[in-house]
Amino acid sequence: MASAVSALGWGVALILLPLTGAVLAFVLRPLATRVGVGTALATTLATGGLALALVETGSGRYPIGGWEAPLGIALAADGLSLLMLAMTAAVGLAVSLYVPGYFRDKPRASADFWPLWLFLWAGLNGLYLSADLFNLYVTLELIGLAAVALAALAGSADALAGAMRYLLVSLVGSLFYLLGVALLYHAYGSLDIAILAEQVAASPPVWAALGLITAGLLLKTALFPLHFWLPPAHASAAAPVSALLSALVVKGSFYLLLRLWLTLFGAEAGGLGTLLGLLGAGAVLWGSLQALRQTRLKLLIAYSTVAQLGYLFLAFPLATGLAWGAAVYLALAHALAKAAMFLAAGNILMFGGHDRIADLDRVAQRLPLSVAAFALAGVSIMGLPPSGGFVGKWLLLQEAIAQGAWGWAAVLVLGGLLAAAYVFRVIGYAFTQAEVPQEPHAVPATLGWIAFLLALGAVLLGLVAPQPLALLGIGAPLGEIGTAP
Amino acid sequence: MSWSAWAPLAVLASSLVPGLVIFALPESKRRTRTALNLGGALLKLGLILAILWGVSEGQTYGVRLPFLPGLDLALRIGPLSLLFLVLSAGLWLVTTIYAVGYLEGSPHRRRFFGFFSLCVTATVGVAMADNLLTFVIFYELLSLATYPLVVHRGTEVARRAGQIYLAYTILGGALLLLGTVWLYTIAGTLDFTPRGFLERLPESQHPALVGIFVLLIAGLGVKAALVPFHGWLPQAMVAPAPVSALLHAVAVVKAGAFGIVVVVYDVFGVEFAASLGVTTPLAVLASVTIIYGSLRALFQDDLKRRLAFSTVSQVSYIALGVAVAGPIAAIGGVVHLVHQGLMKITLFFCAGNLAETLGIHKVSEMNGVGRRMPWTMAAFTVGALGMIGVPPIAGFVSKWYLGLGALEANQPWVILVLAGSSLLNAAYFLPILHAAWFREPPKSWPEEQRFGSAETGWMLLLPPLVTAALALGVGLFASMPFTPLEWARLIAELEFYPR
Amino acid sequence: MTAALWYALAGVGLFALGLYAMAVHRHLLRKILAFNVMGAGAFLVLAGLARRAPEGSADPVPHALVITGIVVTVAATALALVLMLRVREATGAAALPEDRPD
Repeated sequence: MASAVSALGWGVALILLPLTGAVLAFVLRPLATRVGVGTALATTLATGGLALALVETGSGRYPIGGWEAPLGIALAADGLSLLMLAMTAAVGLAVSLYVPGYFRDKPRASADFWPLWLFLWAGLNGLYLSADLFNLYVTLELIGLAAVALAALAGSADALAGAMRYLLVSLVGSLFYLLGVALLYHAYGSLDIAILAEQVAASPPVWAALGLITAGLLLKTALFPLHFWLPPAHASAAAPVSALLSALVVKGSFYLLLRLWLTLFGAEAGGLGTLLGLLGAGAVLWGSLQALRQTRLKLLIAYSTVAQLGYLFLAFPLATGLAWGAAVYLALAHALAKAAMFLAAGNILMFGGHDRIADLDRVAQRLPLSVAAFALAGVSIMGLPPSGGFVGKWLLLQEAIAQGAWGWAAVLVLGGLLAAAYVFRVIGYAFTQAEVPQEPHAVPATLGWIAFLLALGAVLLGLVAPQPLALLGIGAPLGEIGTAP
Repeated sequence: MSWSAWAPLAVLASSLVPGLVIFALPESKRRTRTALNLGGALLKLGLILAILWGVSEGQTYGVRLPFLPGLDLALRIGPLSLLFLVLSAGLWLVTTIYAVGYLEGSPHRRRFFGFFSLCVTATVGVAMADNLLTFVIFYELLSLATYPLVVHRGTEVARRAGQIYLAYTILGGALLLLGTVWLYTIAGTLDFTPRGFLERLPESQHPALVGIFVLLIAGLGVKAALVPFHGWLPQAMVAPAPVSALLHAVAVVKAGAFGIVVVVYDVFGVEFAASLGVTTPLAVLASVTIIYGSLRALFQDDLKRRLAFSTVSQVSYIALGVAVAGPIAAIGGVVHLVHQGLMKITLFFCAGNLAETLGIHKVSEMNGVGRRMPWTMAAFTVGALGMIGVPPIAGFVSKWYLGLGALEANQPWVILVLAGSSLLNAAYFLPILHAAWFREPPKSWPEEQRFGSAETGWMLLLPPLVTAALALGVGLFASMPFTPLEWARLIAELEFYPR
Repeated sequence: MTAALWYALAGVGLFALGLYAMAVHRHLLRKILAFNVMGAGAFLVLAGLARRAPEGSADPVPHALVITGIVVTVAATALALVLMLRVREATGAAALPEDRPD
């Protein structure tokens, strides 16, 4: 018991550290960057501490204030939480190190960024550690508001409109979720996930709650056809913010949906899993086709996010431990790769003053690191070896074919081909000469390196797959992540 | 880990590490880059020769690394791997020298040689793969690493050619992946086993196995330029000559052909494949490719495109040898891996020399060039005669065994294909030789570059002479030990007559 | 029909009305007001269903949830209003691009 508490002691730190940092950064505006980067480092270390503790003691549960459920609110951590926390820390640290260089000419934007980003991080960590349905609502709202404010930071008309739309969508999604929670509480008298998991059974309130909660979370995860808000918001935000939004924020609501599905709804879902799979397939195909049509780089990357999120939902109709593991792995790889892509795009934007794809004149020579980052990230997005994307794709394909679900297999293969089309469109243009050479602005080297290292991480995820998958198994949240068929 | 486990990794590292270092070096560090390239190539060749000696003494070399739940990344160096490895490493060394000379003064050499090294790494990875997963991984890496080389020149034409190349190769990779995953779900393993590992599966799975075979061959056939997947090869000629030499003699097409050999021998097993009824369609497809490639080559005036279609045709000899499903044909097909590589790279080196020294890109511009560049044309002549099948050059040996093998396997129609192909080869190579040696040269060449009193730079001249000599040598001394022919015999024995 | 059920149904009705208004109205202020109506509906459902036993006192937990929810809604509305003002400043109309009359 004591060791389990110590494991979750790290968990409490994971929520308190960014919260404190956010408040400090807001109060001590001139020192915001230092506070911000320091908090980022501390939070990353705390995540490592939690990882070590969990490996030692297995999954853990921590009642806040010593009050257990059904009245108390509990924190819980298992392999799934751990991987999502690690993903958040990895991308979060990278972006935190990127921002000082990116915003060095804009002190106001920098001072505004840090409190908002640290609140977002606190919300995300809280989301991954909560085991109480209403606490999850609060963290969802925190995440949503912080993300909207971050998106609006860029200040342009596009960014403001995109942020407004994002806000409205996010709030509607939260309200749907809340209504579902209300129904569940009325039916079973508890908000604690563990308790509900034992009691929940197929009945009209549960189906209604399932529908409402799923709808709300799908809206927040931008699953086709509820994706309309994502491309404008992600593309018009500042590059590091786009990275955070695409890599981390949308994964939060996906995680929640997955968690509730696994613990509460999976057994009663029936055809809903197939519906989610179909919508996911639609997302893959529609998002990829739209990405192909874009003339601006950041919009292309944003539509790529829409497509990649679709892959995650292909696990729902397959519904085995291996499929869930594959989806989580894809989410992880996508986070690293997409963040790398947006940061690389930020560098390209800073370099040339624009992000028109057709005019990326010989960027390859002047910004080799950023183009290399984009290319490596693209390898993961396309699902080509060696990369985390390939591992996820292989496992999903294996599961789909083993179940005879050729439709999903075809979607996986086709999605990879379409992704190759839009990724190489960008890379191809980056090698040729534009008609009018652009005047380059200097880009600090660290910005290129951070993007490159993130992309390298996505590739390396493909080489060390057994370890993260083993971590995922702590507490067996996904069931048995099988081996040979 | 023992040396037998380190060896395959060392072979990979000997080109991967120099490649990564080259990416990190600034563009201006020419000498360091050249030293790294040559050093790495020599090291790799040395390692492989040491391994060759070890294998002949009965040593085994292999390593397995966990990759996915239930599947390992597996490398092993057996006789077939060695054949491909020696070819790759040897020709790599030669091509590196050629490329350094050819790209003298060109921009972006850092990028070029960096990806060049990555290509070698991917190729030797393909050669050493011990299960289908590892093969697929390095096969796809090869696609990715070769793309920047195809678009190297940076022109709009190059970009479009790169797009076509990608479209074919990524599609092929997708088919290969689908077939591989399907196979894994049915068979539970992907490890290469001599004589195949699929015979034990129940008969109800046979239709699925045929489907898998089609997918795998289609995926491999893209790189191996089987009709109708060959369209990328002539397009890729827009790349610089060292790249064309590389793609056509060593890396890409051979990886595809090697894959077909491995799938038929070590995944399905040739006798099981024959009993499934898939080898005859493969033989027909290969034959169609052989004839079609030769026919198209007849009508090309651009020299490199003519050679490209010739490659389309010649690489399918390997598939034909495998598909005829008899041990003697197998020898012919497998040994052609090496022989075609040597001959074709010679031809491409010479074409590059003509373009670089005299600005010649078309056959119609080649009148009398034998007087101006006699050594280059001598090498070209050896390569061309070998392609036609004139003894004692290497090509004759391959065709001889293929023909004999066809008779022995009761498929005499293959001899017609071989004869027809030789006639067509003569039809599109002999006129070139005639024009070069016996016609009057024009008043001036399209774009001449002088290299002192020599006909061309020594780095451009030496490689084709070396490879032409090798092409002659492996044919002339074919029955001596340690030649490709002897290795091919050993490989066929292992497949057809297990100990 | 108990009073609780009436409250809950009213809440659902408000929720639906708010959702419809949010989708249909073009002016951002109306959308924000519609969101508040939706929120009120959700809270009404929560509080209305709070009585689990037909006799006896109401369950206080949903009341706590509603209070938390109201606080969150206030914060969200404040952010939305500020954003709306900034959008109007930047584009001249308090409406999203797809809702503009032109």
